[in-house]
Amino acid sequence: MAVKIMIPTPLRVFTGKRDSAEFSAATVGEALGNLTTEFGELRKHLYTDDGKLRAFVNVYLNDEDIRYLAKENTPTKDGDTISIVPSIAGGSAGNAN
Amino acid sequence: MATTIQPQAEAKPATALSNEEILRYSRHLIMPEVGMEGQLKLKNAKVLLIGTGGLGAPLGLYLAAAGVGRLGLVDFDVVDFTNLQRQVTFGTSDVGKYKSEAARIRLSNLNPDIHIDSFETQLTSANALELFKDFDIIVDGTDNFPTRYLVNDACILLGKPNVYGSIFRFEGQATVFGMPDGPCYRCLYPEPPPPGLVPSCAEGGVLGVLPGIVGSIQAMETIKLILGRGDNLVGRLLLFDALAMKFRELKLRKNPNCPMCGPHRTIHQLIDYYEFCGVRGEEAPEPNVQVPEMTPRELKSRLDRGDDLFILDVREPHEYQICNLKGALIPLGELPRRVHELDSSREIVAHCRSGKRSAEAVDFLRKAGFRKIHNLKGGILAWSDEVDPSVPKY
Ligand SMILES: [Zn+2]
Repeated sequence: MAVKIMIPTPLRVFTGKRDSAEFSAATVGEALGNLTTEFGELRKHLYTDDGKLRAFVNVYLNDEDIRYLAKENTPTKDGDTISIVPSIAGGSAGNAN
Repeated sequence: MATTIQPQAEAKPATALSNEEILRYSRHLIMPEVGMEGQLKLKNAKVLLIGTGGLGAPLGLYLAAAGVGRLGLVDFDVVDFTNLQRQVTFGTSDVGKYKSEAARIRLSNLNPDIHIDSFETQLTSANALELFKDFDIIVDGTDNFPTRYLVNDACILLGKPNVYGSIFRFEGQATVFGMPDGPCYRCLYPEPPPPGLVPSCAEGGVLGVLPGIVGSIQAMETIKLILGRGDNLVGRLLLFDALAMKFRELKLRKNPNCPMCGPHRTIHQLIDYYEFCGVRGEEAPEPNVQVPEMTPRELKSRLDRGDDLFILDVREPHEYQICNLKGALIPLGELPRRVHELDSSREIVAHCRSGKRSAEAVDFLRKAGFRKIHNLKGGILAWSDEVDPSVPKY
């Protein structure tokens, strides 16, 4: 079952600038697992050291927050879209450092 | 230069428009969705803009033009040249002036019939409730996490809508928080990201038009809230990707366990938001790590002396094109897998734009066993200030 994961701009630096990736997965957790296996640097941005999804990372299956579904165990079906929605604070422009 | 809210000039709501106003707002008045009734609602509305920068520019311009009767502008910042690429309220002659005051003058010129207060102050836990209480709607156009949480919490405590917008490079988000039964910012983002996990500094910047689009969406939502028309973004997070030119929409739910807007509220007053977010402010100049430093003058005299120094530039290739010190370019993000390209027996001076990314690079390399390594203090900006002013600053 092919599931599309949308990568938000702030995380594209860890996915070789890719804005989406497709995986076959039966649950949201499995899809995210495949994503962080392919793009290893992404892992620490999505998961804590003990493997929990970070509290400031919002994951949506289609237009629903997985916190209100079965979280990472939420089953996926062919053609579903998973979105990672990070908090962005900008109102103007982030300066480079 | 008002820093406290003056008692309102007209206490009673307006019930009529002057002939000049009727002419000015005629394209609203001939629409049944606005009409005389709606235009009077706009005239009697009081909207506070937090931030007069990128998002605040279209917000201020459109809300003033639309005839929102009272606008408050909160910003403590000063206009600089790098703002002009997107903050279209300001002109070149405004550089050096307070943004809130420069915006007040610009908007007063656009619409002299409305009342505008400028507050040249940083929004804090100490002044937020006092500032917010005289306004009906708060519009969040700030640029940092502590202020985002502060605006949210103050709006929930006072029961005021918070029209939210944020941008990053070419991506934007917009929604309306703080409505009865609607979610709040903490429902969406219970915790701020720890500073170390905020997207890399090298990924800063914003396409100038983007805040124009997202700020205009906020202005539209604000006007719809005032008019009581249409479906607003309550419970919906609008995502905009300017590169793909796609709008998407996600459902936002009120979190029953939200510490701010849930039935078992655990936050009853404003807190220290910098501590909550683990930062000392967006412009905190101190690097996160302490590493050996070299000043630009020191580097210059060592180079003039002919010392064998290896200059390592950890910025991005597109920054190298703007200006460089002829160093070897290895972007910070690529350093871990390219560390073998460096010779640890040579003395290395790492630099970036301001010295922050290169401090991380030096810290990383020291942990990897490099001993003769320094961070160029203040980066290429300080080099331009102290050694070679022909190097452009960006
Ligand atoms: Zn809430």
